[in-house]
Amino acid sequence: MRKKIFQYVQSHSDEILNEWIELMRTEADDRAVQAMSDHMFVKTSADFVALVMSNFSESEEVFHERAVDFSERIVRLGWPLTMMTDGLRVFGQIVENGMKKEGIIDQVSYFDFTAEINNWMFPMYKTITQAYTTSWERTVSLQKIALQELSAPLIPVFDKISVMPLVGTIDTERAKQIMENLLEGVVNHRAEVVLIDITGVPVVDTMVAHHIIQAAEAVRLVGAKCTIVGIRPEIAQTIVNLGINLEDVTTTSTLKKGVEQALAMTSRKIVEVQE
Amino acid sequence: MMDSSVKIINEWDIVAARQLGRNVAKELGFGTVDQARITTAISELARNIYLYAGQGEITIEKIESGTKKGMTIISRDAGPGIPDLRKVMEDGFSTSGGLGAGLPGVKRLMDEFSIESTPGEGTLIQSVKWLK
Repeated sequence: MRKKIFQYVQSHSDEILNEWIELMRTEADDRAVQAMSDHMFVKTSADFVALVMSNFSESEEVFHERAVDFSERIVRLGWPLTMMTDGLRVFGQIVENGMKKEGIIDQVSYFDFTAEINNWMFPMYKTITQAYTTSWERTVSLQKIALQELSAPLIPVFDKISVMPLVGTIDTERAKQIMENLLEGVVNHRAEVVLIDITGVPVVDTMVAHHIIQAAEAVRLVGAKCTIVGIRPEIAQTIVNLGINLEDVTTTSTLKKGVEQALAMTSRKIVEVQE
Repeated sequence: MMDSSVKIINEWDIVAARQLGRNVAKELGFGTVDQARITTAISELARNIYLYAGQGEITIEKIESGTKKGMTIISRDAGPGIPDLRKVMEDGFSTSGGLGAGLPGVKRLMDEFSIESTPGEGTLIQSVKWLK
């Protein structure tokens, strides 16, 4: 039976591909179809069908390698996983219908056929799902690392003055990093004033405020002063509504004012040079 | 009425919930200050679910009453519940070492606020912000 399926698939490969593309267009997720050009869709489809067919002729390892390769490309293209599992199902359907039409399978051999095609399909489902999720997980973890890298840098801008610009959401993990980088940086740069810029922080709730207050307190303990800069008007209002007490922390509306204040604190100022 | 909800299971779901809230608030025509109030309130409620109940759900509803328009934030969980409701509404009360401004803060950020909680069964908090 396996041989018959194999022979059928090989001799009808072009028809199967065309039918597959036709069916997938109507059945598949709109997201996937819209996400790419026609040309790309046809090309990727051809690759997918070729991959499935290679499962017949190649060894298990070679197929696995190809599946991993293909999955990585698919993830990059933004095709959902369902596109691949649906694709396999449709492929099986086409083969079944085609072989029925040609009389290769009848009622008697049908049982044999389903057993064989399941035997063939299930390991493929497993390999493809695994390859897809693995490359997806890798993408996510890489992004996490990338995010961590731009997490909370402390930048020395003047002698004794450092700035930490914060952009994006602050979660527990990041709050910890902010604290570490802040304290380490203050000591390394011999900073006397640290400006934490929260212009890019979208929401300041009690947890974020709590972390900022703690960070400011810790900076004070290592002998430097901490100013929170970049408090937008709407953030100021929510902080007041929440009833958060920021009296012990110096704050300014913009980074510019913060820098001027920091210079004043370290008994310096910026003057224009007369040419 | 349209409504939609976000399940809160991990810390990133808090971001998803507040993104949803911000979008709805924007759609309804809330100004930037009210948008910030609404997203902050959602952030507090979602974080409470994450911290104290483990998991739950934030639902955002658009509402209408006469000519008034607004939105409701519903926070629902099946967590341990709150034994003393009066106490959690006091400023500065916290069991987790936080600032203790969460729930009373949400009440001040929003226009209406109601809380029901049964120890051992869970907590339901509903709060409304009207478009003025």
